[in-house]
Parts: sequence; structure tokens; C-alpha cells
Amino acid sequence: MINILLFAHLQEIIGEPKLTVELSDRTVGQIKAWMESQYPQISLQHVMTAVNEEFATDSTVIKTGDTIAFIPPISGG
Amino acid sequence: MTTSLFEIIDKPIDVEEVRQKVTSRNAGAITVFIGTVREMTKEKKTLHLEYQAYPPMAIKMFEQISKEIQERWPEAKVAITHRVGHLEISDIAVVIAVSSPHRKMAYAANEFAIDRIKQIVPIWKKEYWEDGTEWIGDQLENVPYPKGNPTISEEDFGD
Repeated sequence: MINILLFAHLQEIIGEPKLTVELSDRTVGQIKAWMESQYPQISLQHVMTAVNEEFATDSTVIKTGDTIAFIPPISGG
Repeated sequence: MTTSLFEIIDKPIDVEEVRQKVTSRNAGAITVFIGTVREMTKEKKTLHLEYQAYPPMAIKMFEQISKEIQERWPEAKVAITHRVGHLEISDIAVVIAVSSPHRKMAYAANEFAIDRIKQIVPIWKKEYWEDGTEWIGDQLENVPYPKGNPTISEEDFGD
């Protein structure tokens, strides 16, 4: 089981700040593809990813208990 | 009263409190950057803003920025507070205080900090315009993504 955190427009489109799903031992890239198939209205192509609060790449492997956050282009400051 | 140098808060920022965090007997200068909510962006009028953050990661990224500042300017000390939630025009969104023995270092490190915030700190701004709302997308160009994601042409314009 992994936690998926959603922010900004992704949170609004999907309607949840957090998803808990039975997906583990998959790469970030695979989870992105899964998200896009579950939610065809979103694109994660230009969205960065953090795993356990550290920036990750599409090849990072997600283990059970991990928290993966999709980070849309940011606009703080 | 908090002693943390890096904070995400949902209440108005006390500028003086941020400044006091970097006071030092070795400091000859303190620069304080205050980022505020702008009403007009080109022709568009902002009514108010909403900021959202991923707080634990944002704090980690503030700490990373501090580390990067230490590498470049070992004598500089930085404190950052960013506000989230509903902000009105002219409200303070972010305060960065940097102290250092001499002023040039304090100016340079402060500008470095706001530039890096816009690159790596997970905070998002939603604009409430007169005619709708928009999550602002691009980190540096501040290009809005009306459909929630960049299109091909916006991508070319962006990075």
C-alpha cells in the first residue's frame, strides 16, 4: 500500500488531497502511467515527483508504505 | 514563540519576528525580502490569492536552500517564513531574512533564496481573477496553465 499526495489543480480535478492504493514495487513512471489511466483528465507529463519528501525520478522504485507526491510546476514566493 | 528558522504558517507573517531569528553579534547587515500579493499582472486584475503547500517537504527544501547558502556564503544566516491559505492584495506571502557581516553577502544570499524558492519549494498559488480562477503553473515564468497542464506552445515558451 502506498500514499499518493495531490496538490493544486491535480487535487481539484481528482477531488482528493490523498489516495491510498495497493501499488508497490513499481517505479514512479509506472505509477504515473497508472494514475493517468485511472484519471484520464490529468496529465503528469510535466509534473515532478517526490518520494518521502525528496525529489525522485521516473525510475525511482516505490515500496510499500512510501508516500509519493505529485508536484505540479510550483509558484511560491 | 517559535525558534524554527523555516516555517509555513496560515496566519499573517510577523516580519520583525523573522528578522530577529537571524540577529547576530557578528552581523553588520540584515536584508529582509517581503513578497506581497500584487493586484495587476499585465492586464489581469487579481481579487485575492490562495497559497497551498506541501509543508514537510517545503521545510526540507528551505533547509536545503539554507545549506546551499552556507556553501556559498558561510557567514550568512537565513530565516524564511511562507504563508499559505487565503491572501488579499498587499498581504505578505513570504519573508526572507539574511544576516551577514557585510551587506553585499546579505543582498546576494537573499536574492539567491527567493530564486531557489521559486525553483524547488513545493508551494502553489491560485489566482482568483475577476473572470475566473487559475492555478499558476510555471516556476519561473509564472505562466498559467488554463487546462491544468502546459500545452506544447506554453512548454516552448517555458523552460
